[in-house]
Amino acid sequence: MSMKIEDKLFLDRFKVADESHLRIIDGEKCMAECPDQPCLYLCPANVYRREGDRISVNYEGCLECGSCRIGCPHLNVEWRFPRGGFGISHKFG
Amino acid sequence: MKEAFDVAIVGAGPAGISAACVLADAGIKTIVLERGEYPGAKNVSGGVLYGHDLARIIPDYVERNCPIERNIVESRIWYLSRDAGYSLGYRDSIFATDRKHNAFTVSRAKFDRWYAEQARQKGALIVPGTVVVDLLRSERGDVTGVLTGREDGEVRAKVTLLADGINSPLAALTGFRSEPKPEEVALAVKEIIELPAEVIEQRFGVSSGDGVTTEVLGAIAGGMDSVGIIYTNRSSISLGLGANLADFADYKLKPYELLEAFKEHPMVAPLIADGRPLEYVAHWLTEGGYDAIPELYGDGYLIAGDSAMLFNGLHREGNNLAMASGKMAAETIIEALSRNDVSRTGLAGYGKKLADSYILKDLKKYRKLGGFFYHHKELFDQLPRLATSAGREMITVNGVSKKEKQKIISRNFRRGMPVLKLLRLLWQGWRAVK
Repeated sequence: MSMKIEDKLFLDRFKVADESHLRIIDGEKCMAECPDQPCLYLCPANVYRREGDRISVNYEGCLECGSCRIGCPHLNVEWRFPRGGFGISHKFG
Repeated sequence: MKEAFDVAIVGAGPAGISAACVLADAGIKTIVLERGEYPGAKNVSGGVLYGHDLARIIPDYVERNCPIERNIVESRIWYLSRDAGYSLGYRDSIFATDRKHNAFTVSRAKFDRWYAEQARQKGALIVPGTVVVDLLRSERGDVTGVLTGREDGEVRAKVTLLADGINSPLAALTGFRSEPKPEEVALAVKEIIELPAEVIEQRFGVSSGDGVTTEVLGAIAGGMDSVGIIYTNRSSISLGLGANLADFADYKLKPYELLEAFKEHPMVAPLIADGRPLEYVAHWLTEGGYDAIPELYGDGYLIAGDSAMLFNGLHREGNNLAMASGKMAAETIIEALSRNDVSRTGLAGYGKKLADSYILKDLKKYRKLGGFFYHHKELFDQLPRLATSAGREMITVNGVSKKEKQKIISRNFRRGMPVLKLLRLLWQGWRAVK
């Protein structure tokens, strides 16, 4: 039986910071100039989700790979590391 | 933290810790800044480590209880179509005896923590939970330390070693390495699947403590330029799948859905049956090869490991390149500090050491390989399909003569892939690895 992404992320240990380390710089650009919206499928943690006429950023489950930062065709993602000690902590890695 | 150090190292992975060990052994005041909660908290690799390079830093690593998962005695390569596949393996008892620990699997969260502890015992200061957000520079532009995200976060150092891995916003910010393009990295996802040790030993046909690595090529990711791994740990299996990041965007496929499909492949499913997933992680691998390597040193700084894009994808060697380059960086720093010259000229020995070593020699040899795979998608689609039809025809006993079977196979090949295209593929493949 196929395992959903939510269940995969549930296996991981996160120390979630109050503030997001990811930000879409210009949300209108995603709707007006980005028909493919590759962030919706290249993110391995399904952080980016289409909600009506915007893309939501569910940073809590971010695996910190960096793919959205360089994979966004408009370089429209501001990407920092979570504050020291926050974010994912691998048990095995 | 207004204290001054001889050397500041960004990142407590294999490159940074190797350097810290060598520096601390020489009595050099060294600080290692790690953004994770503990060393290894953010680190991922397939999980294979090589004894040779580790022993050059910690000769008695086995006695020091290095957390080894399984000693690798067999390396397999699979070439799969959607529902079938070829398997080739090399097993050698020498890897259980005289050359034991040539390669072994580790869990990075455990290994990196152990490794950092060795550096700490030698005298290096390891500071986890600390992000480096910028580099400090003199008016001339020389790197003079790092700025951390902590209050009073300046850490002054005579030399800074950047060993912060392949995903480095610091690199993008400071420009010491340009941001990779999507086609220059592979995005890999990996699951750790728990199974009892005896079950793993039965399924892979190995003795207690021994293990097998399997690299998987072919049609495993919807036709994308991709590779899979199945590595045995003590009581778990690392199952991973990576594909070129640009391909994920072009093919509109989701990494976690592909991983699920990979788990269901008829050659994979029996190996992980009844296993319990324990963790899901993601990380980049560099695909850029030799031509993606940045300037490796400058005034007051050096770059090592993944941060310097040192990765040999064909031989899945990365940790050892990180360890060896970290060691060379440390040796260069020791020489430079003794001459009191940490300028670009003073650190130039690092470039020469790398060029004279297997690291740059190997990466140079395979410089065309990344592009070869990326531009020959038929390796991940048509060719596995044709190879399967050939295997199926030859193995099936159905009263058809072998000569007739050969005719059927060669007709299939001619239809599926023109002879010239196949020859060009073989020729370019040979040129990419020769």
